[in-house]
Amino acid sequence: MEGKRQTRMGRTGWTGLLFSFALCLMFASPAHAQTTQNSCLDCHSRLDPPLQVKAEVFARSIHAQKGLSCVSCHGGDPTTDDMARAMSPAAGFKGPISRKQIPALCASCHSNAAYMRGFDPSLRTDEFSQYQTSVHGQLLAKGDTKVAVCTDCHGLHDIRAPSDPQSSVYPLNVAKTCATCHANAAYMKPYKIPTDQYASYTASVHYEDLTVKGDLSAPTCVTCHGSHGAAPPGVTSVVNVCSTCHIFQAELFDKSPHKQAFASMGLPGCVVCHSNHRIVEPTDAFIGTGKGAVCVNCHTRGDPGYIAAARIHQGLTELTVSIQRSDNILSEAESSGVEVGSALLELNDARDDLMKARVSVHNFSVAPVEKNIQAGLAVTQKTYKAGVAALAERDYRRKGLGIALIVILAVVIGFGLLIKKVESRNRQETQK
Amino acid sequence: MTPTNESPSDKEARRHFLEIFLGTGIIASLLSFLYPVIRYLIPPPQTDLGSNTVLAAKVGELSVNSGKIFRFGDKPAILILTSGDKYVAFTAVCTHLGCTVQYRPDLREIWCPCHNGKYNLQGRNISGPPPKPLAEFTVNVKGADIYVSRTAAS
Amino acid sequence: MSPGAQIRNWLDDRFGWDDLIAFLKHKTVPLHRYSYWYYLGGITLFLFSLQVVTGILLLLYYRPTPSDAFESVQYIMTQARFGWLIRSIHSWGANLMIFTAFAHMFSVAFLKSYRKPRELTWLSGMVLLFLVLGFGFSGYLLPWNTLAFFATTVGTSLVGQVPLVGHWLLIFLRGGQDVTGATLGRFFAFHVALLPGLATAFILVHLVLIQRFGMSVPPRVEPEWKAKPPEQREIRFFPNFLLRELMGWYLALGVLGSLAALKPWELGTKADPFASAPAGIKPEWYFMFMFETLKLLPAKMWFMTGESLGVIAFGIAALLWTLLPFFDHERQGRSGRWAAGVVVFALAYVVALTAYGYMVMAK
Repeated sequence: MEGKRQTRMGRTGWTGLLFSFALCLMFASPAHAQTTQNSCLDCHSRLDPPLQVKAEVFARSIHAQKGLSCVSCHGGDPTTDDMARAMSPAAGFKGPISRKQIPALCASCHSNAAYMRGFDPSLRTDEFSQYQTSVHGQLLAKGDTKVAVCTDCHGLHDIRAPSDPQSSVYPLNVAKTCATCHANAAYMKPYKIPTDQYASYTASVHYEDLTVKGDLSAPTCVTCHGSHGAAPPGVTSVVNVCSTCHIFQAELFDKSPHKQAFASMGLPGCVVCHSNHRIVEPTDAFIGTGKGAVCVNCHTRGDPGYIAAARIHQGLTELTVSIQRSDNILSEAESSGVEVGSALLELNDARDDLMKARVSVHNFSVAPVEKNIQAGLAVTQKTYKAGVAALAERDYRRKGLGIALIVILAVVIGFGLLIKKVESRNRQETQK
Repeated sequence: MTPTNESPSDKEARRHFLEIFLGTGIIASLLSFLYPVIRYLIPPPQTDLGSNTVLAAKVGELSVNSGKIFRFGDKPAILILTSGDKYVAFTAVCTHLGCTVQYRPDLREIWCPCHNGKYNLQGRNISGPPPKPLAEFTVNVKGADIYVSRTAAS
Repeated sequence: MSPGAQIRNWLDDRFGWDDLIAFLKHKTVPLHRYSYWYYLGGITLFLFSLQVVTGILLLLYYRPTPSDAFESVQYIMTQARFGWLIRSIHSWGANLMIFTAFAHMFSVAFLKSYRKPRELTWLSGMVLLFLVLGFGFSGYLLPWNTLAFFATTVGTSLVGQVPLVGHWLLIFLRGGQDVTGATLGRFFAFHVALLPGLATAFILVHLVLIQRFGMSVPPRVEPEWKAKPPEQREIRFFPNFLLRELMGWYLALGVLGSLAALKPWELGTKADPFASAPAGIKPEWYFMFMFETLKLLPAKMWFMTGESLGVIAFGIAALLWTLLPFFDHERQGRSGRWAAGVVVFALAYVVALTAYGYMVMAK
């Protein structure tokens, strides 16, 4: 059988050659002529997930914008279309990167201060060391690959800067990103921690500040838990966490009887009354002994705390009612046309005092709250008096009107009488 | 009308009484109309400068590094003479929950006593809960008067 | 010669005083069942003068720009001494005046005083009615509060529904596409300059014509009036009728003052052009019947919108109503009864739809 030997390579070879030729034709299009040689994307943008990486998606990422490309993380040779050569270990191809390897891989650049300085000198470079202290990092070190690694939060090939509104770690998006795992009951089952944090947080006033009022400095998950070093604050540190913003309340709490009491019972400070995730706007009903009050969760009828709570609630209600009374009487006077602008302005001081009284509730004793309440009541008494005076002015005006009306009526009667007289005279004259 | 038994002099007296009564009434009513009108014509003590400008203080009223709360429309505003001897004015309504802010000479900052919010002397919120800066007003010193008016943007 | 006589002589030499007095002394007013209706015209004139006086007083403090209008009215209400009284008299007086103007018109229509030779008096009166409605519409915007702003928006957009010229009318009235400070400036000019000028001219025409032809005797009482002895048919204008008229004016003043002091006109809230219209925007009561009619018409009728048709219909109705004297000119006969029927229908329509409008709002 010599001469006419067709090798197996022949047929496969021709097919392969044809295939490669076709591929070359496809890639010889003008669009492709512009891109820098990146054979990785050339192929991988045409594949199906999980191997798919769309070129336009990667182009939008911060890594691409800074001039990095696939090989920066994955290694390999982007200049060749030959799959075998492009993805060869010899060219530095790292192969599929396992979840366990990801943090170290990212850190290979992001913890290198000298390297990062070349891109953005103000960027931190301690994320990895922080991560290793976090619950995620510690569990990962023990072999649990279900926990979050860098790419779970930051994205994979579409990583954007945290200041980019479309980034998964932009303040508005952080909670949703955490919730992809932490709100998934099935996923979190082995860890035996609650999965209602996201639902609770989105009902909170912090979430409202962030999303509705647009205050980007409002707390989201990472504010209290840390981002890379994410872990629950721990019972003793809760007050410190809250006090980074709520300084007044924290200072007062520290001096209050609750601090010792909670510490001895192992209770987490602010969270005891305000909850940790579902932090809602505290109304005056929060404090006291009635419906919705948190004090009666611990205090029982008759104990000093119970009595103090009732007294404080009473004071707050008294001032609220007093402010409303002044506002009502001043509005009534104003709608009658009497000028009460300065009294209305002064009433704001009483509102400020009420605000301060609510803060001083964290003394958890009656006297400091009473001080604010009394200051407010002094203002409302003054403004109420001004309202009464304004209404007196209105009544004075009405009296003036009454007098004018009497005069007018007298004139009308006078006219009537005159008419009668004139006409009776006329009649008498015609009768004569 | 049947003739009455009145004597002519009685009739005269009655007629005069009626005329005097009516005349007095008319004059009194005209005065009661004229009095408010004349009071109205006299400009009130608080001149209406329009809603955009207010006389905030007199020169010399504020010492250096101190502030004054004054009324601007129906809201409070704050006028500060900085330690650099410059007048600045802002709204005094804190952007957090509306408390009235004050000037802290020790901090050289504007401070809100309700929740410890702080603003610098450009009005920017620098610490605490306030989410937005304080709106700034324009200050004009004319003679011995310090006028504060809304800027084109505020 | 007494000082009074000396002054009279001086005036007569330069002014024809004696002729004028003679005319007034001889002027008489017919006396019959319906004579009381004669007072309405005078009361309307009195209220109009009151509006002019209070309006001029308000002009001293009012500022016609969006940034200042509301505040200046607030200033008038709270700072200017008795400003609340002047302003409330002006606002209440406007409503009272429009009411008496309508009442005067309907009484003239019922009593057929528009017949020859008084057709021109009726015509000038109709012009005055339209001017008065214009006063009401333009003045309502001036305080620049939310209600006024949106009422003006709706009102001018309805004007825009007039075919052919509607769009240009709208632009002219609004001073642009939307209601803005330009609108306020224009309405202010209309309200304090254009309309007063036109009204003064037409009032003079109206009064001169009335003096020229005297008061008419309604046809329905003419027989019984003629049956009276001559000396009982008329009363003298001066002093009898005038005294009664003055009495009426004082009463009107008393009513106005009470309204102003017991229920001062409210300020409302400052207009915000970018806010959405509050629910239940309604015009002032004197436009309510037109507004309700337009609301009741279907959205599309033949080839035009219901509103366009409604506006045209009202235009035609107003024109025909103005020409009423030319339809009802026979002394007896069918046209007279037809006209009476039309008048009754018009009054019933206006009252019914105004009431309906308020009942709908109350729900």
